[in-house]
Formats: sequence, C-alpha cells, structure tokens
Amino acid sequence: MAIKSPPNPAPILTSLQPAKGKLTSQLKQKLGFGLLTAVSTFTVLPIIALGIFILVQGIPSISWEFITGYPREGMRAGGILPAIVGTFYLTLGTAIFSVPPGIAAAIYLSEYAAENRFTRLIRIAMINLSGIPSVVYGLFGLGLFVLFLQFGSSILAASLTLSIMTLPVIISATEEALRSVPQSFRVVSISLGASRWQTIWRIVLPQSLPGIITGVILGLERAAGETAPILFTGAAFFLPRLPTSPMDETMALPYHLFVISTQVPGMPVQIQYGTVLVLLVFVLGMNLTATVIRSRARARRQW
Amino acid sequence: MVNIVMEKIVIDNLSIQYSDGVESLQGINLKIPANAVTVLFGPAGGGKSTLLRTINRLNDLADVAKCQGRVLIDGENILEPDTDVINLRRKVGMVFSRPVPLPLSISKNISYALEVAGERNKARLEEKVERALRQVALWDEVYDRLNDPAIALSGGQQQRLCLARVMALEPEIILLDEPTSALDPISTAKIETLLKELSASITIILAPHNTQQAARMADYAAFLLQGELIEFGKGQDLFLNPTDKRTADYVRGRFG
Amino acid sequence: MTTTRPTSTQNLSLEKVLSLFIRLAGYLSVLYVSLICLFLLKEGLPALREVEGESLLGRVWYPIEGYFGILPLLMGSLVVTVGAALIATPLGVSTAVFISEVAPQWAKEVLKPLVEILAGIPSVVLGFIGILVLSPFFRQAMNLPTGLTAFTGAVLLGWAAVPTIASISEDALNTVPRAYREAAMALGATHWQTIWGVTVPAARSGILTAITLGLGRVIGETMAVMMVTGNAPVVPEGLQALFLPVRTMTATIASEMGEVAKGSTHYHVLFFIGITLFILSLIFNITAFALSARKIKRSERLLS
Repeated sequence: MAIKSPPNPAPILTSLQPAKGKLTSQLKQKLGFGLLTAVSTFTVLPIIALGIFILVQGIPSISWEFITGYPREGMRAGGILPAIVGTFYLTLGTAIFSVPPGIAAAIYLSEYAAENRFTRLIRIAMINLSGIPSVVYGLFGLGLFVLFLQFGSSILAASLTLSIMTLPVIISATEEALRSVPQSFRVVSISLGASRWQTIWRIVLPQSLPGIITGVILGLERAAGETAPILFTGAAFFLPRLPTSPMDETMALPYHLFVISTQVPGMPVQIQYGTVLVLLVFVLGMNLTATVIRSRARARRQW
Repeated sequence: MVNIVMEKIVIDNLSIQYSDGVESLQGINLKIPANAVTVLFGPAGGGKSTLLRTINRLNDLADVAKCQGRVLIDGENILEPDTDVINLRRKVGMVFSRPVPLPLSISKNISYALEVAGERNKARLEEKVERALRQVALWDEVYDRLNDPAIALSGGQQQRLCLARVMALEPEIILLDEPTSALDPISTAKIETLLKELSASITIILAPHNTQQAARMADYAAFLLQGELIEFGKGQDLFLNPTDKRTADYVRGRFG
Repeated sequence: MTTTRPTSTQNLSLEKVLSLFIRLAGYLSVLYVSLICLFLLKEGLPALREVEGESLLGRVWYPIEGYFGILPLLMGSLVVTVGAALIATPLGVSTAVFISEVAPQWAKEVLKPLVEILAGIPSVVLGFIGILVLSPFFRQAMNLPTGLTAFTGAVLLGWAAVPTIASISEDALNTVPRAYREAAMALGATHWQTIWGVTVPAARSGILTAITLGLGRVIGETMAVMMVTGNAPVVPEGLQALFLPVRTMTATIASEMGEVAKGSTHYHVLFFIGITLFILSLIFNITAFALSARKIKRSERLLS
C-alpha cells in the first residue's frame, strides 16, 4: 500500500497530503470496524436473550422445596437436591485430583523443564489430552476405574475421570499465567541469592496467582457441567437419596437435565427450566468468580 | 598493608561458550583488585556480560555449552560444582542494565534478599532497609512511602533501589552490567558518585555503557574484544597510554 | 564485619521433595495418555476380530441385527464438525480482535464476561436450548419435517465454540507488546492495517491454539449433538443431507454404552469407535501443535 515505486520520484511534500491510498485504507478501516462490531454483537446478543429467557421461565419453579427436596412421581414432581449435592461432590472430587498435580505440572513445564525432546512429549501429551472427546474419557473411566480397578460406578470413579479431563485445562492456564511473569524477575531474584523454589514461591506464584485461580475455576466449571464422562462412571438415572460415601453412585445436575429433557415422557417443562436455571447458576457462579478475580488482578498488576 | 594491591578475584584461563554460539570468552586471565572499581569495557558482544555473570554463577541459568578454567574469589574456585551458589550470590551482588524492581513494595524489594536468606526479625529488617536506602541516598526521597509499589519510582530511583537491594546483603563484590544505560545524566552522575564511595570497602566490577563512563570510573580497566582480554591495567594508564594498538584504536573511537 | 548468614540448607530437603513432586506431576500427562491408549486398545481391538473388516466399514449401523458399519457415524461427525468450524472460526477470531483491538473500554467490559459465560454453558444446556428453541425455529423457518438435523447441530456447536476461540485468541492478542503496535502506527499504518499486519500475526500461535481448542470442543461434543441432531445413523449424501437427521460417533457411544453387556461385540465396537475418535483428535491436535510450535520456539529465543 505504501510505495508503488512511481516512475518519477514524487517530491517529499506530497506524502503529507491525503494521498489516494491513504483514503482507501481509512475507508477500509471504517468498514472493517463496522463488520467486527456487527459480528461480535451477533455472537453475544443470543447469550443475553437466552439468559433472560431461562430466568423468566425458570424462576417460577424455583422454590425451597425444589432446591432442598427429593424427586417424586418419577421425577415429575418434587425437588432436585440429590442432583445438586451430587454435582457439588463431583466437582470437589475433581478439584482434589486435578488441582495439585495440575499446578505442579505447570510449574514443571514453566520453571524446571528444559526445552528438550521429553518436554515436547509432555506437551504433545497435554495437547492430546485436551483434545480427547469427553465421551472417550467416559469410555476410559469405564475401562480403568469402574471395571479394571473395580471402583464400580461411583463418585470416586467419576471424579477421577473428570479430573483427567480437567488436568490439561488447569496445566495450560497455569503455565500461561506463570510464563506471563517477566523473566527478569526470576533472574533478579536468583541473583539476590534466592533459590529456584524461593523464586517460584515468593515472586512467580504470587504474581500469577489470579491467573492460576481463574484457570482452575474455569477447568472445574467445565467438569461441573459435563455429562458424557460421568454417563458410565458414576451418574445415576434416578436415586432419591444423598450419596453417603465416595463409592456411591450419584445423581448430577447435568445428567439429570439430560434425563428429564429427553428420557422422561410427560415431563413438566417447568421442572426442566428450573433445573437449567439451577445448573446455570451453579456453573456460571463459578465463572463469575473467575472473571471477578481476573479483572481485579489485571487492574492491580504492576508490570 | 599499605601499597600492596590485594586481589579479590583471580580469573584463571577462563573459556566459555554458549550452545547457540553467541558471545564467548577465550582464555581470560585477570586479577581484579579488592576495594576498587574495575571497569570491563569494549565493543558489544565482547564478553563483558558473560564475564560478569560468571562471577556470580548467574550463567547457570543460561545455556552454557562449555566452561573451562577457574574463577577464584578469595582463593576459592567458585566454578566447582559443589560451590554453594546461593551464598556466592549473596556475597556477589549484581545490578542489571534495566532497573528491575521486583513486583513488591519499596521496602520489600530491599528486605527480599534478607528474607530469603532466613532473616525474620522485623526490627532488624527495617533497620537494614533504612541503612541500605541511606547508602544509596534514596531514604530522604522515599521514607514516607516505603510500602508503595517500587514500580512507582522514577527510573533513576529504581536503579538506586536495585543497588540498595544489593547493598542490604552487605556484599563483598558488586557487579554492574551497564547500570546507567537507561538513565538520564543526572541519575547517572548520582550512581557514579555512589559507586566511587562504595568502592572504598567493596570490590566493584562495572561494565560501563560508554567509553567516557569507563574513563571516568576506572581505577582499573580491562579491555575485552571478541571474547579475549586485550589489555588490563590501571585506569589512567590504559586510557592515556594504551600499549595495545586495538585498545588505543577503541579508546580513541576508531572502531566499535 | 562478617555477618552471620543463615545457610540455605534448612530449606533444601523441603525443596527436594517439592521438586520431585513437581517433576512427577510434569510426567502425569504422558502417563494418562498412555493409559487411555492402553485401555481403549484393550477394549476396542477385539472388535476387529469379532466383526469382519468389511462390516465395520459398512454403511449400515444396526447393532441389534449385528450390523456394525461405522461409516454413517463417521460421516455424521464430519458433517457437523465441518459445519461448526465454518461458523465458529470467523465469528470467534473476529470477536477476539474486536474485543482486544477495536472496542471501547465499556464495550470490552460488557463483551468479555458475556463471551466467558457462553464458554461456561454446559453442553447439556445447549442441547436443551437446541431442542426447545433452535430446532422448532429451523423446522418452521425452512419448512423441514424435523428440526433435529445436522444443520441445527452445526449451528449450535459453532456458536458454542466461539467463546473458546475468542477468549483464548484475545488473551494471545493482549500479550502482543504495545511497542509492536506503536511501531507499526509510527510507520504510518492505519489501525486496521496494524491489526491484520502486525498484531494478529504476532499472536498467531495463540490464535491457532484457540482454534484447536475450540474445534476440539466441537469434535468431542457429545450431549448437545446427541440431543439435537436427530440420532439417525444414515450416511449423509449431498447438500440436502445437512437438513436431515444424522448420528455422530460421540452420540452413538453415549446413547448405547449404557445398555450393552460388558465384553459383548457391541461393547467392543463402541470402544473401537472411541479409538477412532481418539485417533482423529490426535491427528488434528498434533498438526495444530506442529503449526504453533515453530512460533513458540522463536518467541522463547527472544525471551532469553
């Protein structure tokens, strides 16, 4: 766009006047920005519409009984407490099995690992893990945890399955957060006589903590909303009591929603909307927390 | 006791090569006197940074393919694999070309090194923070905002903070890698004055960012060219009467 | 004048234990992938023995009668994924560029959380919306016999993949140093030229990763696709097949695994489909990794 090698070199001054090429590029920019605005609006508007729609449809069915009661009449009446509690347990179990190793693995990749063939292998494995379809995790959980290790269909088996699925999310978010801390901080810290671990613990981790927490919450949020991995590893179709041990099967909100919206004929639509609303509040509540943490951290960041 | 020059650091036939082939050192022999400013100068890529980073083993972080020879500090070879590098780095402080305040408050920036060294006594920490800040003439400018983030300071203040951070450890040696390259002339002058004062009790090795600074600061000077030590001597001698033609050319601005 | 320096040894044993834990955790991903391969192969390979090859590649999926042709399922997945990719990529990257480079501050603060909310919507909720809203809408708008079609699936999944692509791309764009942009502007480039000539290329590896992850979500999508694509295991032929029901591989596993006897042929074939899905995602991800790895290397050299 800039210089099209004119046959006679133009005097320098003309370049200060609005040249033709410049005008077109200004116009292009206007059109481009307009298009981007339109596309973004088009993407985002349905989310708002959806939120309002579900809120309006779902709120009337939310009651104390719905939140704290047990399902009755073949799930066509009563509450969804077992599903709420089940999803909470599954999320907690996933966190236990995925957060500590996930953060540690990210520290390894960002702070310890040399860029060699083995590290490449780890990265390929991670990218591979994050690409594996969720239902394949379900198959794997069925094969390893439920059948081979004989955990049976249980909260334990389902949490372990979900944790493997969540691991790459946590690792890559954490690693990104760690790497965003400027290298010069590490060099300075080491030069002041801090050990590698002290540098990580006192400088790198605090600086990347908001990013790490955000990544962890987003990973767990995904696990909380997943259905496919728990289909054959721990989710119960209908179980009107609370699980008492990690070896119990459990109802879970997402699976329950699937069941009542496709598997139960004559399901009152009110209960379906109520369940969607509860599930969304659960999941999006985590999302909101993550967003708040991140935006606060960005505002406070010193580099 | 009076006229004998004490050698703080003896560099003995030191050769270093990075795995990507840039900047290297070839057979450096150098005796750095105690309690004086020794200037390492020469064109970029001559090996000044590498030499500095070897003295506090910061090069351990880099991809070094080959490292031969010895670096003796008080007679002890610090290149031995069993050297306590952490204690070494506490003894040999370093200031970098860009001021890099850690993402902490002003006082925490200074107490950081003490805290990682295991100091937990608050009163003692505060006292050392104040002393270090006074040593670099920063105390009067910041005493009322010690808990503000260090990044809020001006560039010159930041660099003095970085120097104070090193001073807090009461080091025996300070390495400075073009410490004033990002600073204005006034801040530069302040740092230079400080270094001169400190050199009464501390061995200072400075890679200046230009020849004028080298000439101003040098008690002793070493001219490095493409990884080789060309000439070493007292500051005035080297800058006024260089013996090697390459040194003379460089000092008179003929190349580089 | 010698000060007592506490030695660094007191923390050393703790540091060693932590380092070991960190190292082991680093290898965990490799272990998991190996285990996944192992168990998929163990449970899936018997299918090759129990079903003749021709039948596995056949056009009929009717397990009760012993027809285990996975071609219709494969094609079903392909149609939905390609459709979703065509929708998600331009929408996602545009949204990211808009948020990161163009939008005024207030718009950013509205858009970003909204996009993240979309990312957080569980696939079963999307499926629910698909059944209740999207599919009746498409059925009426296009006068179709059913709204549960490949097209509905593609639209839903494409939309669902936008936030993954957008938010990760945006993070990548944000990490491009401001100096790059300022340099380009100083050379007389317009804002628009700077975006496409400097900023986006500089964030290329992050954007590629974003697209990979977004499409990974589409390929692996199970619940939503099972709920809205009509579940008909038919080989899609021609463009009009887009508006007919299909059945993806993921949906097949999800809907049938619960009812098969462990160790039966049907069970093994479902695992075999799992292997197929696994390999597909493998090929896809390794390609994307190879594409972005070159860029990573270069930027790491810049860092040191």
